[in-house]
Amino acid sequence: MNHSVSARLWLAILLLAVAQSPSAACLLRGTGDLGVVIERASGSVQVVDTTARSSLFRVTGLGDLSHASVVFSRDARYAYVFGRDGGLSKIDLLCGRLDKRVMQAGNSIGGAISQDGRLVAVSNYTPGGVKVFDAATLDQVADLPALDDKGHSSKVVGLVDAPGQRFVYTLYDAGEIRIADMSDPHAPKVERFRDIGRQPYDALITPDGRNYIAGLFGEDGLVRLDLWQDKPVPQRILDHYGRGEKKLPVYKMPHLEGWAVAGRRIFLPAVGHHEVLVMDSDSWQEAGRIPVHGQPVFVEAEPGGRHVWVNFAHPLNDTVQVIDTQTLKVIATLKPGKAVLHMEFAPRGAAVWVSVRDDDVVRIYDTTTFRELAHLPAEKPSGIFFTDRAHRVGL
Amino acid sequence: MRMTFDTLLLIMTAAGMAATAGAAPDSARQSELLYLLNQDCSACHGMTRKGGLGPPLLPSSLRDRPTRLLVTTILDGRPGTPMPPWRGELSEQDAQWLVEALRRGEGL
Repeated sequence: MNHSVSARLWLAILLLAVAQSPSAACLLRGTGDLGVVIERASGSVQVVDTTARSSLFRVTGLGDLSHASVVFSRDARYAYVFGRDGGLSKIDLLCGRLDKRVMQAGNSIGGAISQDGRLVAVSNYTPGGVKVFDAATLDQVADLPALDDKGHSSKVVGLVDAPGQRFVYTLYDAGEIRIADMSDPHAPKVERFRDIGRQPYDALITPDGRNYIAGLFGEDGLVRLDLWQDKPVPQRILDHYGRGEKKLPVYKMPHLEGWAVAGRRIFLPAVGHHEVLVMDSDSWQEAGRIPVHGQPVFVEAEPGGRHVWVNFAHPLNDTVQVIDTQTLKVIATLKPGKAVLHMEFAPRGAAVWVSVRDDDVVRIYDTTTFRELAHLPAEKPSGIFFTDRAHRVGL
Repeated sequence: MRMTFDTLLLIMTAAGMAATAGAAPDSARQSELLYLLNQDCSACHGMTRKGGLGPPLLPSSLRDRPTRLLVTTILDGRPGTPMPPWRGELSEQDAQWLVEALRRGEGL
């Protein structure tokens, strides 16, 4: 009798555990409106639904996610999470579970997925360089060291995919851009562009896959590489944009992610200045500067480019501002809460999701009225990534 | 005589304020400092302090570094690198406490 009760009790506990386990059942649905929110302090991510504005799963055990970023498989079912501690994790969005995980380096900063979706590349700080993995198995395919001419290893930043099955990346310490042609993944062809400037801190590629642009920390300026040329030559743009002005201490590095472009105008963060820089994409000349609340971290255009949204570095990081790209004026100032770390637009741009680290919340705003539509609890949220990135060059 | 007493009082008050400003951070301030370390310093030095764009801040990596150098680096930054000066936001005593906390591996 006792035995039977005990057995039934255990069965009940087991069933309860299965029922409550988020990975017990996989969802049968599309993933086009899903995404991932990084919870930086707890080594976890939430899988979110941008239509229902709800959280579907929480996936844990992903290591140090300070400065984590994400790319998606081309079927948009899997998210590849690049952790600070060198962990590369592949997450199944439909099942809400960790599919595979490898520790590929001591310290890493970002990653990219190849044009054909078969290769995932990770850029590393320790040891410097880029490692390339099979997107399905996470088996290592190639190792691209980042040694300068003296044999010193360099931290690698600004890693993106480019058309022609290429990866483009920048060597922070060496001041160099490299293009790795991965057409034959076992025999990569690497092209080097030396002496681009001091301390390139991040880079981006335009959605057409043509222009690779690296921002410099050690100098006021950016470097453009035209990937459509047979023999590209690095070109300095917005050189000395801070001329005559005192550069402020930078408490958080800006990020050159995505591409804030509206018509011919391109919007970029000024390093060490309370300004957003505007550049003409035909002439690559400065087309204006917009005074803003603080030092910009992310400068992101809504899909379509009607508005540009900006968040700011510590200690002015409680604010988000919206710039009208026609008048170049700030038209809205929002106060989502303390430590706004990232913004991500829902597909087609009807809403923007904003992570507010110190308030442990993600706030969702209507991009027309700027009103808050909903909010979701999250533990120290940082990066937000939606699956429509799966089909865009450089994201 | 009266003036002298007032002046003395003023000097004593000023000295008292300076002493308060120079005090070691209390437990509430310590929590704030630890939060700053874990959340903001980690953007460059990592949550686990193994480094990133900035160098590692583990007890083992700081063992041979003079305390004065570390305090000065926090307060005045390190020119030529992205390390910014935190003076203004952090006092000398705050920086001193942070260095000790890093050496202890506090919160790791």
